[in-house]
Amino acid sequence: MRRAPAATRLSLSVLGWIVGGITFFPIFWMAITSVKTEAQAISSTPLLFFRPTFENLANMIDGGDYLHFATNSVIVSFGSTAAALLLGIPAAYAMAYYPTHRTKDLLLWMLSTKMMPSVGVLVPVYLIFRDAGLLDTRIGLVGIYTLANLPIAVWMLYSFFRDVPHEILEAARMDGAGFLQQMLWLLLPLAAPGIAATALLTIILSWNETFWSINLTSSDAAPLTAFIASFSSPEGLFWARLSAASLLAIAPILALGWMTQRQLVRGLTFGAVK
Amino acid sequence: MNAVTMAHAPGAGRGTRRQAQARTARQARLLLTPAVSVLLVWMVVPLALTLWFSFQRYNLLRPAGGFAGFDNYSYLLGGHDLWRSIWNTVLLVGGVLAASIALGTLTAVLLDQPLFGRGILRLLCIAPFFVMPTVSALIWKNLLLNPVTGLFAWLAHLVHLTPVDWFSNVPLLAIGIIVAWQWIPFATLILLTALQSLDQDQMEAAHMDGAGPVARFRYITLPHLARPISIVVMIETIFLLSVFAEILVTTSGGPGSATTNLPYLVYKTALLRYDVGGASAGGIVAVVLANIVAFFLVRSVATSMGPRGLK
Repeated sequence: MRRAPAATRLSLSVLGWIVGGITFFPIFWMAITSVKTEAQAISSTPLLFFRPTFENLANMIDGGDYLHFATNSVIVSFGSTAAALLLGIPAAYAMAYYPTHRTKDLLLWMLSTKMMPSVGVLVPVYLIFRDAGLLDTRIGLVGIYTLANLPIAVWMLYSFFRDVPHEILEAARMDGAGFLQQMLWLLLPLAAPGIAATALLTIILSWNETFWSINLTSSDAAPLTAFIASFSSPEGLFWARLSAASLLAIAPILALGWMTQRQLVRGLTFGAVK
Repeated sequence: MNAVTMAHAPGAGRGTRRQAQARTARQARLLLTPAVSVLLVWMVVPLALTLWFSFQRYNLLRPAGGFAGFDNYSYLLGGHDLWRSIWNTVLLVGGVLAASIALGTLTAVLLDQPLFGRGILRLLCIAPFFVMPTVSALIWKNLLLNPVTGLFAWLAHLVHLTPVDWFSNVPLLAIGIIVAWQWIPFATLILLTALQSLDQDQMEAAHMDGAGPVARFRYITLPHLARPISIVVMIETIFLLSVFAEILVTTSGGPGSATTNLPYLVYKTALLRYDVGGASAGGIVAVVLANIVAFFLVRSVATSMGPRGLK
């Protein structure tokens, strides 16, 4: 690689750190505020140096509230991911290895279901949920998230399955491995990293989904997104508490996102950039 | 279908290979069926119901209803709310898109340079994309943009300016800033990944030939980024057309209807005014708008599925 002059490299680095610092600042500031007292948090002169208190974070976890919503988030995002994989893996396998002249149309059609804005079906979905007793239930939310994530999962899996050399499956077929055996014993292990990346993307998307969680849940099944939204009410304006709850709500997903950024690109662009 | 294929299956010999192929095709279809059928139901049933409701006089508070013809639509199209919300939607989508492409490209090109601590910088620059919308909206509103105790107010005091009351004076801009903060990192992430697949030899050759940094950016980097940029534009458009939570937790669409976009208008009509018919008509308008965008997206993705497939 061409080596840039040291001075250029240094000044570009300084610029880079300024951009990175500004971009990350709100998250940094939120983390700082989460270890302040409420009085420190609303101080009109921002405090950067103070004795940190972990009371807010501890209260959040001990108080029970947070754990209830976090449990919902975990159940809903993992449940919908499992369901999307269960439906998506066989479909992607069939399309990647046994394509027909309709496969391309089918993939595009699946993609087009993602184009439908949620708000276009809010009314019927809400009424169906109300009549079926699904409002404010985890199973209802799992169902919606599964449907929302299925097209993305299929596309991403399809793109990863295509990377597995066909010869390997071909050889297994010659040795008499059946249709399902090829999928279970060869494709799944070979494409495991891709499947894991797909799972992580759908977990991240479900964890952060706000339209359906806010409209279809109220308390029993409300995930963290809806819990944080409750801080917008006038009674909820405790900023240290808000920051503590926010920090705990985003930390696991931020960690996941950071670990898998490169694979996520493929899923987020429907396989078009990788 | 099963029985038919079985009946045609020849007894033995040359037929077995065909038979095996037919069985495989059938099994493949079987594996596809669950995914395709749930998506088909999801695609057809709710939308058909929305369409049906949009022609009904149907308010949850008034049981009596009936066929409304185009009343819901003419009420919607004749009123001020819909056009205001479409305009707000267009401003929000357009503004955030412009910001993400411009700043996302610049950040990606910068991060592609041999910087000190590039790995960490990359993490810092993409982090906001993983923050849930309700968190980013409330953190920005209360910790940063609050006119009394926010950090921006303090900065304004430092330089002897009057702090801006963002959510009263420029509410749509305030929401735009929050949404852009979430989506610029998406553009950065995608474009940086694309940049890293750029052929370094070509860059090297251009450098040898005396092309300066601006020329190299203009004639090599930018053409290479054209397709990823168009993908970012279209994917972001899909998501930005549906911005909802950021509005709900900051302004609730106000003041007045200054920050009511199309999704928020439908939400307000349905779940706050219980007007199922009117909300459904609004939902149909949103679907039509999204489809105009989707038409271009699907076409562009289809083009990318050339002979080399989706690789």
